[in-house]
Amino acid sequence: MSFRHRHLLGIEPLHPTEITTILDLADRYADLNRSALKRANALEGLTQINMFFEASTRTQASFEIAGKRLGADVMNMAMQASSIKKGETLIDTAMTLNAMHPDLLVVRHPSSGAVNLLADKVNCAVLNAGDGRHEHPTQALLDALTIRREKGRLHRLTIAICGDIAHSRVARSNLILLGKMENRVRLVGPPTLMPSQIDQFGVEVFDDMRAGLEGADVVMMLRLQRERMDGGFIPSEREYYHRFGLDAEKLSYAKDDAIVMHPGPMNRGVEIDGTLADDINRSVIQEQVEMGVAVRMAAMDLLARNLRAARTDKGVMA
Amino acid sequence: MTTTFTNARLIDPETGAETRGSLTVRDGVIAGRDLAPEGEVIDCAGKCLAPGIVDIGVKIGEPGERHKESFRTAGAAAAAGGVTTMVTRPDTTPAIDTPETLQFVTRRARELTPVRIHTMAALTKGRAGHEMVEIGFLMDAGAVAFTDCDRVIADTKVFSRALTYARSLGALVIAHPQEPGLSNGAAVTSGKFATLRGLPAVSPMAERMGLERDLALVEMTGARYHADNLSAAVSLGPLERAKAAGLDVTAGINIHHLTLNELDVGDYRTFFKLKPPLRSEDDRLAMVEAVASGLIDIISSMHTPQDEETKRLPFEEAASGAVALETLLPAAMRLVHAGAVDLPTLWRALSTNPARRFGLPGGSLADGAPADLVLFDPDAPFVLNRFKLRSKSKNTPFDEARMEGKVLGTWVGGERVFGP
Repeated sequence: MSFRHRHLLGIEPLHPTEITTILDLADRYADLNRSALKRANALEGLTQINMFFEASTRTQASFEIAGKRLGADVMNMAMQASSIKKGETLIDTAMTLNAMHPDLLVVRHPSSGAVNLLADKVNCAVLNAGDGRHEHPTQALLDALTIRREKGRLHRLTIAICGDIAHSRVARSNLILLGKMENRVRLVGPPTLMPSQIDQFGVEVFDDMRAGLEGADVVMMLRLQRERMDGGFIPSEREYYHRFGLDAEKLSYAKDDAIVMHPGPMNRGVEIDGTLADDINRSVIQEQVEMGVAVRMAAMDLLARNLRAARTDKGVMA
Repeated sequence: MTTTFTNARLIDPETGAETRGSLTVRDGVIAGRDLAPEGEVIDCAGKCLAPGIVDIGVKIGEPGERHKESFRTAGAAAAAGGVTTMVTRPDTTPAIDTPETLQFVTRRARELTPVRIHTMAALTKGRAGHEMVEIGFLMDAGAVAFTDCDRVIADTKVFSRALTYARSLGALVIAHPQEPGLSNGAAVTSGKFATLRGLPAVSPMAERMGLERDLALVEMTGARYHADNLSAAVSLGPLERAKAAGLDVTAGINIHHLTLNELDVGDYRTFFKLKPPLRSEDDRLAMVEAVASGLIDIISSMHTPQDEETKRLPFEEAASGAVALETLLPAAMRLVHAGAVDLPTLWRALSTNPARRFGLPGGSLADGAPADLVLFDPDAPFVLNRFKLRSKSKNTPFDEARMEGKVLGTWVGGERVFGP
């Protein structure tokens, strides 16, 4: 078993065996989470601070539960982006927190790279809970775990990621992870919502949803932000739903046993048909949420082990 | 006062020749070559002696941002960098857009800097792009060119009138071409790297669009125009055509776009955040070739001091620009060491061409030219430590970089302003 990182800032620096290490451990935590006594002590005595500079309910709750189940002292700091006028307060806040000796810092920030910047300045392990359009590593890991459990493997699958790729950190982390694990990744969406030179990432790009879903094992939908719908990137919500919204008809082009995923929160009737999202035979959206807790437990456990090892090396009491 | 530089490798950008010999300076001007030594004798030990650098895009934080750079610190940095003439930018706070502010700056500059200093003025009031400045009065007060710097005058009518008026006075207008709509909010160049880092990006095509618009206006108005801060290979075609058509057009680039590319940003390193953003390696190579061929006339530092506070931010929010007065020469030596240009060609772009385009003395080793000189060792290696820079701001992308090329001495009008 190997995982040699001080922080979890993105999928990009991870080796495929490290991804497998996280997922294997997460599988065990998934079992624990289904048992009656949901308690382990991997983070006993450690302090975990969740710093969210961007509103989040689901991810923050998931990290909080994950930390508590592993015995950490968890503190949530709601740092609304509006109260942080200048980035220097980002550094200042980090330095202030650092002085309180946290062990795990979970950070979400609206600017790409902000979590990397912060990780440079603190002595603890930092987990990226989403930075701008850059990465959202635990989301990609929980998606990977869900796929692996549903499909029995995480390689040689055809996976279609659909929607607003350009503004999505979920899409970035996912396409990097799925590519590293040797899957066939397709990106489906209007060209205005595709990042530049995305074809250089070893993916296939489609602007026709039916062609993109043809024979897919996994259909991964992304959330379309409301502010993108006003004619700047796409003409209208209804035209988007008509061309790129997932419904039973479009899904019929995928494999019969294809699963439907969504990172949430969903815009029913915009990117996904409401009935389809609730169809327990196709949709694994609830399982994604469940795996989110397990994956975050695994990631924090592994980072805490490295943290304790580094401190022992330095002669500090772990 | 007389000084003789003996045993020098003389870099003459005007003739394109590199020769061994001596150079005599009398009363602040070059008296001749290989004369009998007289006065103070400086043994150059075979190192390079060239006309001092004429740097045309220097930002100094006066007025408004003296905590970032003052005339005193910029002057010291220039002297240490072999820059004997600085042409300063008007993108200060407030902008230099009246004869009064220009006079204030000129007075401060003359008192505090050991090198020659000339000032550019804004082309529109407050660099707001609406009303032209008093071009005539500003020229009388000493403005050597007019530019709104990185702010594009989006209103074509305003810009065409300013160009027309400037033409009647023979004023030089400088622009940093860019299509402002397309480049709005961009932090890096679009492409694989931008996508990987999730940063807002702009296509290099935005620069070509801005340049083509400007060139059409120059053709229409007949103004003297310098397209500065070019960075994209797609801009070179229109530039070449404009020059071939005989328009009064020159072009410039800053040293960073000749020596760095977009990948240098790496893990969101904000010292590499520039405006326009760093480009691809293909662009960089095309620009180096354009310097070698003379299509691009002038290399400048585009010295832009920023303090730690404005750089220690998430990449998108961080300020753009880099200091370069002291690193211009060693960075430019990378082009020579890579075999892309020879020293006389490089010095044409660093010294002769800017002096001629701005109508300034300097850039020459001919008899009677002012004795603005730099003595340097082109091969001396060192590792740059940004905290040793003389600039008040330390935002260089070359921190901890291995560089070659050290300034040994700098003379302005025959007077030593830097060196042992």
